[in-house]
Amino acid sequence: MAAFLEVSNLVKSFGTNTVVKGVNFAFEKGEFISLLGPSGCGKTTILRMIAGFERPTSGAIRVDGEDLTHLKPNQRKLGMVFQAYALFPNLTVGENIAFGLKIAGMPAEQRRARVEEMLKLIGLPGFEKRYPYEMSGGQQQRVALARAIAPKPRLLLLDEPLSALDAKIRVSLREEIRAIQQDLGITTVFVTHDQEEAMSISDRIVVMNAGNIDQMGSPHEIYNRPATRFVATFVGQLNTLPETTFGPSRAIRPELISLAPRPETDTTLTGTVSDVGFLGSVVRLRVDVAGTPINIDTFNGNNATPPQRGDAITLHLAAKDVLTLGA
Amino acid sequence: MKSDKFWAWLVFILGGAYFIVPLAATFEFSLRMRRGEYSFDAYASVFADPYFASSFTYSVVVGLFTIIVGILVVVPAVYFVRLRMPWLKPIMEFITLLPLVIPALVLVYGYIRLYGSSSMIPFTGSVLGTDILLTCAYVTLALPYMYRAVDNGMRTIDIGTLTEAAQIAGANQLQIIGQIILPNILVAILSGAFLTFAIVIGEFTIASLLNRPAFGPYLVGIGTNRAYEPAALAIISFIITWGAMGMINVLGRFAPRTSARTD
Repeated sequence: MAAFLEVSNLVKSFGTNTVVKGVNFAFEKGEFISLLGPSGCGKTTILRMIAGFERPTSGAIRVDGEDLTHLKPNQRKLGMVFQAYALFPNLTVGENIAFGLKIAGMPAEQRRARVEEMLKLIGLPGFEKRYPYEMSGGQQQRVALARAIAPKPRLLLLDEPLSALDAKIRVSLREEIRAIQQDLGITTVFVTHDQEEAMSISDRIVVMNAGNIDQMGSPHEIYNRPATRFVATFVGQLNTLPETTFGPSRAIRPELISLAPRPETDTTLTGTVSDVGFLGSVVRLRVDVAGTPINIDTFNGNNATPPQRGDAITLHLAAKDVLTLGA
Repeated sequence: MKSDKFWAWLVFILGGAYFIVPLAATFEFSLRMRRGEYSFDAYASVFADPYFASSFTYSVVVGLFTIIVGILVVVPAVYFVRLRMPWLKPIMEFITLLPLVIPALVLVYGYIRLYGSSSMIPFTGSVLGTDILLTCAYVTLALPYMYRAVDNGMRTIDIGTLTEAAQIAGANQLQIIGQIILPNILVAILSGAFLTFAIVIGEFTIASLLNRPAFGPYLVGIGTNRAYEPAALAIISFIITWGAMGMINVLGRFAPRTSARTD
């Protein structure tokens, strides 16, 4: 089966500054793909090239077999949600959602039905007469999502759509986006710098660093088998282990260290508890192991009191869980 | 505290008197056409003059065309400069200030040389041609005000992102300007339009030298030939101009509010 979204040898330079350095990826129809990386890694530029707002210096973008590289944004039949919502302030919610349908020449009766269907989908039925300024940020962003998917685009592009929202709404809206995406089976490209966000909703993650792809894979693969040092440190927490016992560039995730021996553990370390953070379901300990700080995440237990500061404790870990960091 | 207020009031009253006393005197004088008593005879005389109505109508029509042409020239220009060629902005600022620096007299003599009946493009050879030339001259005169009004309007909305949002939804450049940009800066455009209108209604130099029957030359003609009517006309002009300014304020309240940024 041919790939649905295919990007080949994509390069983008602004003057002498090359921000995307020959990127290749191909994804199937219906996948939720995240472009993850720190600011300036080129992820937004790739999304803007897919949308048609930036012209690639070289390379090609194909969707469903069609070469989009030289099409204008309004010819590409894509949907996009922006960080700043970008709802049209002069139009009502209903008119905003119907905007693309009207441009495409859909008759008024069908438009109304589609708007109603979209409002139900985003959980805002009866809001069609409201104006954007009368709504909260989370509501506005849901309307922006409805506007993007109403014309049944081939591809949905999300440019950090949750960044402007507060933490609680961010989590609920990301779950909603994922549910709607799976419901409609729409191929989606999501740009974010938040690794937790990317892990929680993606089928596949593209981790970018300085204009190159460092790793592509499922959230599980990215987290458990990071391909580079950058991926290992950017995605999730990591403890660098003392060189004297383990050799150079060895590291382990905080949740893979336990306070009691398990069947698979074969290595022990001793240290002193230097800090205890109680986060509710998780207790985060900071342990000083001969000068090397090690973070440990353990689950909160009803009957076991967590260690106190200054306690001497033994840490158990399995050698197979230790990651060797590459270049 | 108390003396602070006293000085503030004094300055306010002096400033107010500076504007109101001449106006009140003009008004009082305009009522004295009939000997020994106050009357509105001067106003009746003005409104009875058929030339008042015809010159006023002429100027209103020219004003409306000036506004339409001004919007068609300024809105797309400001939009594209802001969106695609921001480095042109200082040049644009400079050009739009030129009409304030170059006297209207210089402008109209230039026009007569360039477009006179013996030139290559004889605009002044026909009545319609001269009217078109007059409209273009007024568009130029109003440019500093129209440009700043429209530019301020576009500053309040994120035209870049709105344009991209409309583009990805399938809209072309014309649909974006017509359906998204224009409605969102309508209030700014209207304030520019009323300023343009106020300029056109009172303009004398260009209309006079192009020999068009506009309101400005009529005002001047009356001023040199009559005693009480000019005072009445001055009051009428004031009311028209204030009406236009008042409309800017009223319409400002209907400005579409831009969206909240966060929750």
